[in-house]
Amino acid sequence: MADNPNAKPRHSGADGDPQKSESSFLSDLFAPVAGFGVTFSTMFRKVATEEYPEQKRPTQLRYHGRHQLNRHPDGLEKCVGCELCAWACPADAIYVEGADNDDESGQRYSPGERYGRVYQINYLRCIFCALCIEACPTRALTMTNEYELADNNRADLIFTKDQLLAPIQSGMLPAPHPMVEGMEERDYYQGKVTGPTPDQEKWVREHSSDEESAE
Amino acid sequence: MTTHTNSAHTAGSDAFGASTPGDVDADTPVLNAVGGDWDDLVDEAAAMHEERIVVNMGPQHPSTHGVLRLILELDGETVTEARAGIGYLHTGIEKNMEFRTWTQGVTFCTRMDYVMPLFNEAVYCLAVEKALGITDQIPERANVIRVLMMELNRAASHLVAIATGGMEMGATTVMTIGFRERERILEVFEMVSGLRMNNNYIRPGGVAQDIPAGCIDKVREMVPLVHKGTKEIEDLLNENPILKARTVDVGYLDLTGCIALGATGPILRSAGLPYDLRKADPYCGYETYDFEVITRDTCDSYAKLRNRLDEIHESLKIVDQCIERLDKNPGPVMVEDKKIAWPAQMSVGGDGQGNSLDHIREIMGESMESLIHHFKLVTEGFRVPPGQAYVAIESPKGELGCHVVSDGGTRPYRAHFRDPSFNNLQAVAAMSEGGSVADVIIAVASIDPVMGGVDR
Ligand code: SF4
Ligand code: SF4
Repeated sequence: MADNPNAKPRHSGADGDPQKSESSFLSDLFAPVAGFGVTFSTMFRKVATEEYPEQKRPTQLRYHGRHQLNRHPDGLEKCVGCELCAWACPADAIYVEGADNDDESGQRYSPGERYGRVYQINYLRCIFCALCIEACPTRALTMTNEYELADNNRADLIFTKDQLLAPIQSGMLPAPHPMVEGMEERDYYQGKVTGPTPDQEKWVREHSSDEESAE
Repeated sequence: MTTHTNSAHTAGSDAFGASTPGDVDADTPVLNAVGGDWDDLVDEAAAMHEERIVVNMGPQHPSTHGVLRLILELDGETVTEARAGIGYLHTGIEKNMEFRTWTQGVTFCTRMDYVMPLFNEAVYCLAVEKALGITDQIPERANVIRVLMMELNRAASHLVAIATGGMEMGATTVMTIGFRERERILEVFEMVSGLRMNNNYIRPGGVAQDIPAGCIDKVREMVPLVHKGTKEIEDLLNENPILKARTVDVGYLDLTGCIALGATGPILRSAGLPYDLRKADPYCGYETYDFEVITRDTCDSYAKLRNRLDEIHESLKIVDQCIERLDKNPGPVMVEDKKIAWPAQMSVGGDGQGNSLDHIREIMGESMESLIHHFKLVTEGFRVPPGQAYVAIESPKGELGCHVVSDGGTRPYRAHFRDPSFNNLQAVAAMSEGGSVADVIIAVASIDPVMGGVDR
């Protein structure tokens, strides 16, 4: 039975091609031991094994990694607390609680009316499907390529807003502070804000010294 | 055990549910092998003069393809009866989908048969599109991308089938080569969709985003390498006397058996019937691609293995054609209808991947209407008119069907999948009874069931 294995394959693959019959006599003869050739030649190949964690292979650009909450160029947060990300999430991994910005008491975190006061992503639930970043209307929420998210306890895998917020880039002023004077919320989205203004810097200086003296 | 299963036992099946009614009499001695000294047990069994042994293979057995439980009745080394026990990986995916929007459903169904996620997504989206009546409006480019991804996935799935099958026979080199080649394909998936598995890439109405720059070159580079790697597996296996001794005439299921049991895919085609839904009932424009349906007629595990190997080459042939088309024809990848199309426009920047700044400017800075659309689609989703639709596609394992029922709402009233692994698994009994225990492994490997898909 072992000598009649090949039912006629209905394609012109290497084994059924009559034109090749001459050269294939030898290969037919050695076919049962052709595997040794594969094994032998593999010895001279580059090994495909990845040496993680000694060498980390960079991910592809679109890789779905850890989330990040972004800031406008002047340091205000982009998140407007709209909860769209939480709505879109099929795994119910996101918890958002919005609150009103209030210029009077100096509590302005984002341009516009609202900001995300509480923001949590539960990485025990998250399936990295990226529906949240597709839902976010302000590019407040993005996914980075960071993938080392394992931990040894559950509590630490619920990331809070301070862990998710993007670090302050040079020139940015940490929120809260007022919006750029004379600009509206939509100007932020149209890319008209490029960095903090002297007025904002002054406000932050005054405000932080206030706080310090109050302490 | 609940009372009603107990009453079922009185009808003639044993505690394993393994026996057919009537073949267990009340005074058959039962020997339970739990702990203790094996020799004692053997002596005891010998003393009872009872040759028949029921063995549970799995659900935690390395060679049963995940959590498949095989209940084997042995007479010596011969399997007299074999039954598959399933349900150890039930995840409630179909039920969960009833509580999520149509778009979110993709993230669930992609996890059913995790070795062929893109087929799960594709069949679900095709069914939703059919229920919506927008099948004709899917942009050409989206269809080509779907075919590209599916065919790459088919190759990857077959590579896994062969690799794990080889491992179960003790051929670990086959395993390492198979996974090495699959890795090349997964890299393309990661590049296109951001994920290697469970991609959430094909969406109702099109695909999530266009393929990235450089993808076409990468695929062009990869395809010959996978051809070569597959050739290496062929060199290792095709004429290998050990492999042939173990697979030829083993796991035999003829055409009548296949038809009676509803077996499809490489199993059916190993029995000589060239039934392939890509040809029989084309979808996504498969009628415009040039490829062969691979058949053999020896009905055994060897034929199934060879079919899979040949199908990898055929799939890569289709991939080449897709790449040609994608290179030439740019275009949209999502339906035009703004009431259905998922609104995201993604881009990658220094801050990671998120909605592109152009899209943000439009919805937040310029057009109130776009913003309302965006909000509505994300929070509520689109509505599918009341009715139902069934679509079947040719997955690596066979006919994968999706039946969606809508009551007119934004969520499925019911989404059901005909997973090929589930139906094919029925053939275990027919393929392994009468053979030896070692042949059961080969038979199961040649069915290539993935329990995530079987149990859903
Ligand atoms: S990636 Fe998916 S699962 Fe994770 S938080 Fe976003 S929407 Fe939820
Ligand atoms: S991250 Fe985006 S979607 Fe989520 S609440 Fe903030 S602005 Fe809304």
